[in-house]
Amino acid sequence: MVSIIQSPLVQHDAKQVLLPSPFHPRIEQHCLVKNWMSWNGYQTARVYDTLASEYFAIRSSCSVMDLTPMEKYRISGPDALSFLNRLVVRDVSALKPNRVTYVVWCNDEGKVLDDGTIFHLHQGEYRLCSQHHQLDWLLISSLGMDVSIVEETHEVAALAVQGPTAYSVLSAAGFDGLDQLKPFGILHTQLDGFEVMVSRTGYTGDLGYELWTNPSNALALWDALFGVKQRGLYDLRCIGLDALEMVRIEAGFIMPGDDFNTAETTVRAGHDRSPFEIGLGWVVNFDKPHFTGKQALLREKDRPIERRLVKLAVEGNKPPVDSFLYDGKKGRRIGTIKTQIWSPILKANLAMADVEYRNGKLPVQIWAEIYYQKELEWQVTWAQCRISDVPFWTHPRRSATPPQNC
Amino acid sequence: MKNYDAIIIGAGHNGLTNAAYLAKAGLEVLVVEKNDYIGGAAASREMHDGWVYSSCSYVCSLMRQTIHRDLNLTRHGLLLVPYLGSLCFGDKGEVLISYTDPEVEYNALRRHSPHDADAMFRFHTDLGRYAQLIRKTLLRTPPDPTSWRPRDIKELLWLAKEFWALGERELYEYIRFFTMSAADFLEDYFENDLIKASMASPGIIGTALGVQSPGSAYILLHHVMGDVDGNIGAWGLARGGMGAVSSAIAGALQEHGGEIRCNAGVKQILVENRQAVGVMLENGEELHAGIVVSNLDAKRTFTQCMDKNDLPEGIYEKAKNFKIRGSSGKVNIALSALPKFTGVPENHYINRGGQVFAGSLESMERAYDCWKHGRWSDDPFIESVIPSAWDPTVAPPGKHWMSNFVQYCPSKLANGPWTPEQRDQFGQSVIDKIERYSPGFKDLIVHMEVRTPFDIEAEIGLTEGNIFQGELTIDQLLFNRPFPGYAQYRMPIKNMYMCGSSTHPGGGVSSACGANAAREILMDLKRSNTVPEDDCYDE
Repeated sequence: MVSIIQSPLVQHDAKQVLLPSPFHPRIEQHCLVKNWMSWNGYQTARVYDTLASEYFAIRSSCSVMDLTPMEKYRISGPDALSFLNRLVVRDVSALKPNRVTYVVWCNDEGKVLDDGTIFHLHQGEYRLCSQHHQLDWLLISSLGMDVSIVEETHEVAALAVQGPTAYSVLSAAGFDGLDQLKPFGILHTQLDGFEVMVSRTGYTGDLGYELWTNPSNALALWDALFGVKQRGLYDLRCIGLDALEMVRIEAGFIMPGDDFNTAETTVRAGHDRSPFEIGLGWVVNFDKPHFTGKQALLREKDRPIERRLVKLAVEGNKPPVDSFLYDGKKGRRIGTIKTQIWSPILKANLAMADVEYRNGKLPVQIWAEIYYQKELEWQVTWAQCRISDVPFWTHPRRSATPPQNC
Repeated sequence: MKNYDAIIIGAGHNGLTNAAYLAKAGLEVLVVEKNDYIGGAAASREMHDGWVYSSCSYVCSLMRQTIHRDLNLTRHGLLLVPYLGSLCFGDKGEVLISYTDPEVEYNALRRHSPHDADAMFRFHTDLGRYAQLIRKTLLRTPPDPTSWRPRDIKELLWLAKEFWALGERELYEYIRFFTMSAADFLEDYFENDLIKASMASPGIIGTALGVQSPGSAYILLHHVMGDVDGNIGAWGLARGGMGAVSSAIAGALQEHGGEIRCNAGVKQILVENRQAVGVMLENGEELHAGIVVSNLDAKRTFTQCMDKNDLPEGIYEKAKNFKIRGSSGKVNIALSALPKFTGVPENHYINRGGQVFAGSLESMERAYDCWKHGRWSDDPFIESVIPSAWDPTVAPPGKHWMSNFVQYCPSKLANGPWTPEQRDQFGQSVIDKIERYSPGFKDLIVHMEVRTPFDIEAEIGLTEGNIFQGELTIDQLLFNRPFPGYAQYRMPIKNMYMCGSSTHPGGGVSSACGANAAREILMDLKRSNTVPEDDCYDE
């Protein structure tokens, strides 16, 4: 059983090819430098004022980001759980109501299509969030099952509130009961008479929450949050996608489509990746009876993987943009940098990189060949890289319950 | 009793950095500190219920990011956040709003002078050219120009090559620049009084010079050559106050097994057979060590912590005449709300940076005149910042902390010693001035801490309360710092070193002096070097 409800896209306005988010009237006021980009078809701010102030709002005080464009699917019906458990590589059968879990799903060849989160909203009712459009795959995967899959991207307005004072800001805005909300927990609550769902989730590696509500409440929710700033209690700042890119790499979160090619978009053989190849072997559960891609992934045990996505700290201060990686200075080429940032908190270049994986081992030595410009003159330099097995940065307050005030 | 490999006197940030690098090399080190808290002038102290003041230094730009990374200072709790913009107030109530984004800044400057908005690009290019050269020397030991040792010759050649690379014309300009006043230097670029005043203000900070005094142009450079995350000239604030810098370095020191003892002021450096052998504390206790490193300023080290008879001829006099005049005070204010300034629009670009009450070049020079006559300025120059606007940890929710750096303020008054009443009057002159630009400001004041140079010397130990441990004029820079012949951190007594801001590259929370000294010490001890090379943005 499949149903698709009316979405704003049905009404096509040729003068508004990118959708305004339900928060747009406020976002437009906050976005001083008008640095826009598109995200899943929505007009989204890349930068609101200066990247540094947005980045440090996340790391030092409190940040607000419009999450509405993130793909969201409502999954319910008698077979909802068995559908999800067959879809993703992780065992989600024990996911309790009001809990969230991180998941990855593959095609039959065991290659990753996308990653995302499953929210167990109410008994038997789920929300799947993903980076990319997945409706097609979800519908294909549901054949023969009694499950309802509804895309609700445009029907749910969402904000991420992240940073050391996120808990204090939300409390001051009128949210009660957050003190006992654990990481990956969900709280259904009310704010000024409307329903808001709060989840303690995020993409920053720090204390943070995501707020979900009907688009008709979007501006009221925004105003309640920024009222805290207006009353002079706490600073909070809108952040765009550029700041998010910095903190997600610091926190070690991967971005499908940027850090690896998703299976759905792969035309050339060998350009897609399995969960093991992107370092997500830990979410694969071979103990559950069946999931899409299981047989292919089991075969990887006999035919070991040859590539690995790794977290790389790159020495020095030259940005290793698109750099080739070698097994020694001027050695043999073994990989490439996929995404990279300068981390202001760690004072280091951090990157996600795809490297050779031979006989179950990562390279011992990795050197990046970095091209950079000084006053339009190109220079080249070499920088040694170090693989990080753990996120580059995280903070104990991310998981402390009750949360810290700042 | 335990015999340490090294004792470092003074737990300021350079002393802690020095100790951390020695400990990292495997030495057993002890840092002794006279106060009951560490950090020296880089300290955070709760002076009023819920308010944490950066009592002395309050911003940071020269901190070497390579040291930050190398000592894992982030893991030890350090987070440096750059300023976003600033406000500069003129004598006639005009306001200059500065932004970090060059295009936005250009538009803002144009409202005051289209010419100056344009000239700002030339100004930054020229300053950038001078700054990149000096910046390269920060984490290097200055060569001794009279030495024939290969290392000194090599380093001198490097320095000569760097200077020569400027080209003949720029070389002349550079030499001129070193001896110019900030006001004259700015005259080459700008016409607008407020823009000039705003750009001149870094030329006097921490220095007993006026904007018209020769040498102030270099001070200006010293304040704009730092960087935060590669943004040259940017300034950062430490989350939790400047004490976060010191406590993070102390964390690194302890991680490597180093020890810190507070309430342990040094009475005298012990010397036997012309070799430093340890220290005697104020309580008479003697501590022994293979080497002694002083993080105190040069004047205090040699004139107060050593027996004159232990010193080679001439050193005492050099130390006595070391130029270390106090010129600035500090007023820390707890506020019940964020102050509003006349003529400043509500804009979150703006309220996050600093406020400079510069007035004009004329009024800045008049303020200096007062100092010359042994008085605090009637109409002081004030550089302020409200860290609580972005740092939730330094004041209760909704409340604010304002740091005010004030010039000029002498360490000795012409009409006798500082009294508590006079200190209060000095504080009053500061809030009177702010009130002029922010009506109702005084009603917001919850608590105030006023610190004159006299108080700073009494508490922190900086002679005359000079924030740089000695003035940054060319006679006291590079191979002349602190004295000619002693610029390589080794002192005239064997096994004795200096690691504070009295040494190259001078004042500011940079960790460079401490790190450079550690490299020299490890070289003498034939230990492998633990001090990293600088991250250079210029190559």
